Amino acid sequence: MTKLLEMNNHTLRFAAGGVYRTTRLNVASLALATSSPFQFSGGGGYCSIPSRLKLTCYATLSAVVKSQESTFDGKEAALLVDELRINFNTGRPKSYEWRISQLQNIAKMIDEKEKCITEALYQDLSKPELEAFLAELSNTKSSCMLAIKELKNWMAPETVKTSVTTFPSSAQIVSEPLGVVLIISAWNFPFLLSVEPVIGAISAGNAVVLKPSEIAPATSSLLAKLFSEYLDETAIRVVQGGVPETTALLDQKWDKIFFTGGARVGRIVMAAAAKHLTPVVLELGGKCPALVDSDVNLQVAARRIITGKWACNNGQACIGVDYVITTKDFAPKLIDALKTELKTFFGENPLKSKDLSRIVNSFHFKRLESMMKENGVANKIVHGGQTMEDKLKISPTILVDVPEGSSMMQEEIFGPLLPVITVSKIEDGFQVIQSRPKPLAAYLFTDNKELQNQFVQNVSAGGMSINETVLHVTLKDLPFGGVGESGIGAYHGKFSYETFSHKKGVLYRSFDGDSDLRYPPYTPEKKRVLKALLSSDIFGAILAFFGFSKES
Amino acid sequence: MAKVFEAADATNLMTELRRSFDAGVTRGYEWRVSQLKKLLVICDNHEPEIVSALHDDLGKPELESSVYEVALLRNSIKLALKQLKNWMAPDKAKTSLTTFPASAEIVSEPLGVVLVISAWNYPFLLSIDPVIGAISAGNAVVLKPSELAPSSSSLLAKLLEQYLDPSAVRVVEGAVTETTLLLEQKWDKIFYTGSSRIGRIIMMAAAKHLTPVVLELGGKSPVVIDSDTNLKITVKRIIAGKWGCNNGQACISPDYILTTKEYAPKVIDAMKQELEAFYGKNPMESKDMSRIVNSNHFDRLSKILEEKEVSDKIVYGGQKNRDNLKIAPTILLDVPLDSLIMSEEIFGPLLPILTLNNLEECFDVIRSRPKPLAAYLFTQNQKLKERFAMTVSAGGIVVNDIAVHLSLPTLPFGGVGESGMGSYHGKFSFDAFSHKKAVLYKSFIGDAAIRYPPYSRGKLRLLKALVNSNLVEVFKVLLGLS
Repeated sequence: MTKLLEMNNHTLRFAAGGVYRTTRLNVASLALATSSPFQFSGGGGYCSIPSRLKLTCYATLSAVVKSQESTFDGKEAALLVDELRINFNTGRPKSYEWRISQLQNIAKMIDEKEKCITEALYQDLSKPELEAFLAELSNTKSSCMLAIKELKNWMAPETVKTSVTTFPSSAQIVSEPLGVVLIISAWNFPFLLSVEPVIGAISAGNAVVLKPSEIAPATSSLLAKLFSEYLDETAIRVVQGGVPETTALLDQKWDKIFFTGGARVGRIVMAAAAKHLTPVVLELGGKCPALVDSDVNLQVAARRIITGKWACNNGQACIGVDYVITTKDFAPKLIDALKTELKTFFGENPLKSKDLSRIVNSFHFKRLESMMKENGVANKIVHGGQTMEDKLKISPTILVDVPEGSSMMQEEIFGPLLPVITVSKIEDGFQVIQSRPKPLAAYLFTDNKELQNQFVQNVSAGGMSINETVLHVTLKDLPFGGVGESGIGAYHGKFSYETFSHKKGVLYRSFDGDSDLRYPPYTPEKKRVLKALLSSDIFGAILAFFGFSKES
Repeated sequence: MAKVFEAADATNLMTELRRSFDAGVTRGYEWRVSQLKKLLVICDNHEPEIVSALHDDLGKPELESSVYEVALLRNSIKLALKQLKNWMAPDKAKTSLTTFPASAEIVSEPLGVVLVISAWNYPFLLSIDPVIGAISAGNAVVLKPSELAPSSSSLLAKLLEQYLDPSAVRVVEGAVTETTLLLEQKWDKIFYTGSSRIGRIIMMAAAKHLTPVVLELGGKSPVVIDSDTNLKITVKRIIAGKWGCNNGQACISPDYILTTKEYAPKVIDAMKQELEAFYGKNPMESKDMSRIVNSNHFDRLSKILEEKEVSDKIVYGGQKNRDNLKIAPTILLDVPLDSLIMSEEIFGPLLPILTLNNLEECFDVIRSRPKPLAAYLFTQNQKLKERFAMTVSAGGIVVNDIAVHLSLPTLPFGGVGESGMGSYHGKFSFDAFSHKKAVLYKSFIGDAAIRYPPYSRGKLRLLKALVNSNLVEVFKVLLGLS
């Protein structure tokens, strides 16, 4: 995924005590600093965003929202956690009624504030309304509705089988909330990636602090406003901010930290969590490959790749297609099809299209531009390549066989550039994927069942779609999460609930049927019976009871 | 011991195992089964050696070794052998309207090369049980047994080398230096059993490589005794779970008892009586109790026992002999809450009893402390049982017994908060060493243009209607009505 909080190489120091350094640089295009409230208006809804936000951009990548009032420091973070912990300990968030009421309020919030949310997403990313609706609003809403519907089932203790050793007894697995949890979310799907984990945390009965990304400031402040309006402030809070605020938060003891962002910051989060033995979920990203065989329905494959790349926040998505692998022979056909469909989707001049998100900020724009202009890369462009700096737009760009050592093939692209790597035969694609860190998603397009099978068995990735991109993450029955470099832990649907629960094994015994076998003094007889029982050798147990020995 | 284990050795070891893993050596069902069967042979053929190593390291009574280490392992292996096909089979998942037509499944895949660092108190069980999980899930694995149980460590190295596939299963013996070198490598999972102090170090090291961890730690596991109980059986079970489990040196051992002021004398009397029945008049002579593992731990326990305002609270036992590292079962009554004995995990044969005005207070006492690995309650009161199970936070809970929950493969075993993260046993062991990969299968048919740009108003309306399952609206849009 992307750089939520980028910083210099002070990684562990950041975690340990908040030593960080940023060099200031003014970037005009992002100087969104406002002194008057900016407004969103639309049809029936109207909402305004507080004016105290000032946005400055730092050369070290990160845009930091600074509150003009008070800075959120370690002391305030400690107070916040203390307060939430006291409120959690009252037992209120643990009750079914509380959880349901909060979930219903989230659903209500999405319904009532759809417009505001869509506008904020437009403000931050020029995200097309349909994308905002499908990927963020509807996805979040359906997660919320599922949680409301299933919560009773999820919360019910699961009865499990007991064994002869513990006879007579009964056993259950009881889900219990972890306590006070922290969710740090990302800028690319700033609503979805904030609210979806919050739904899990609430479903499981936790108190929760959400730290939205400062790089999507409109959504961040909207979330702060809406949460305080709709949700129970004694147990659900939003803390806005950048590196200093996050550092202050990470110094606290949480019962779980759920982080969405880049692998580098993921390491910082986990190191900070280690101090307090806090378990983490790290939703990271990686270079997600799409392997395209030659026996495909070309038009459908091309459309689905485009959807998983450019129609997914213009490539700024952790599960977006990062690069395509196909055979040398097939590459020209695939590229032609991609060009044709791109034209159908975004017109002759895609820089003008309203159906593409922009690049989030000028830092990322510059990063992508320099990636594209690198030596040995620029001359590999076969489609697109246009940029418009003042609008932060980059057109859908396809490149063929860029050098393996280029930053485009070494880093996660996270933008509208799509390199196509060619191999002699399709099976060689496996090697290309396996030689790299495990991605969050891997895609395969083929009708060949055998190849599908090999791909699923041998390619390691967080998740995969066959003949499709991205859509596996919409299924609530599938866990969504990375592996290796692409993350730790998973969520969505019931998995979200489980991520924020502790599964407590509970064994109930009665006082009936107490046997002296397990108690000292240990006689040879006791040992014989116990061993027989434990290996479920009923015959041996009976023999031992009657005083016979198999050994004798 | 052979030559010193150096940084280059750790790197080479990792390179070799990764090569085996990448070559697919460990992935196949057959390999996993063959290795599990070998582990079973170790249990079947080498029990006497195991028992004797455990006796060397801990003076562990034969029955305890046979039952809690060898027999439990054997059960674990047999279960894995029986269930492995089921565990490995993908789970079908439901698909939705958005992805129609499609099918979906969750595929368990091995993580890669994993490290298991185990503990000295149950050196066989806590080494091999996670290894069973690692192998079942198809990983290459390095085991680092505890150097504090040296006989068991070298026996494990010998047996695993003799029986298992050396290209994918290895033992590295050693202490801090070797562990540090191992921790510098990039593992795909680290499974650690031990203390929360080292647990933090392990997780910090793992963070550098984004390696997920399972931390099986400990904590002060409380036992609550209600007066509405069968006292004789209660006391027997507590003794068996405390002194009869490695003389209190177990992570799920009862650490302290909570009961009411009025009931405490009865509990103490019953304890004294049963302890005598179990271990005789002079427990220092009993062969049915482990010794303290080493002189460091002996001195640690002596220190917490001899602390001011603690030593005068002893109501039973208190004898010790540094020469043979024995400490008698010792019961203390109402020690100060800020004493060492109430601040640290005891991990030995001392058992403080704290008295309460009424039993209700137990909930606050337990909640005011870090979450323990286990919490125990003895009562016949159904309401109290339920309340305890639902509101006390702990790794696991047993009502009316001690420690037996860990023998149930259907229950996840693991801590929460200070007592650890992640869990294992039975299928949970397989899951702990697997990645659950989400897979969606689609064909090229049934492709709907509705999700593709250019995004018209109509598409948006139709999508919204579809998502909200508003069929009337769907028809209206499709028919071109506005």
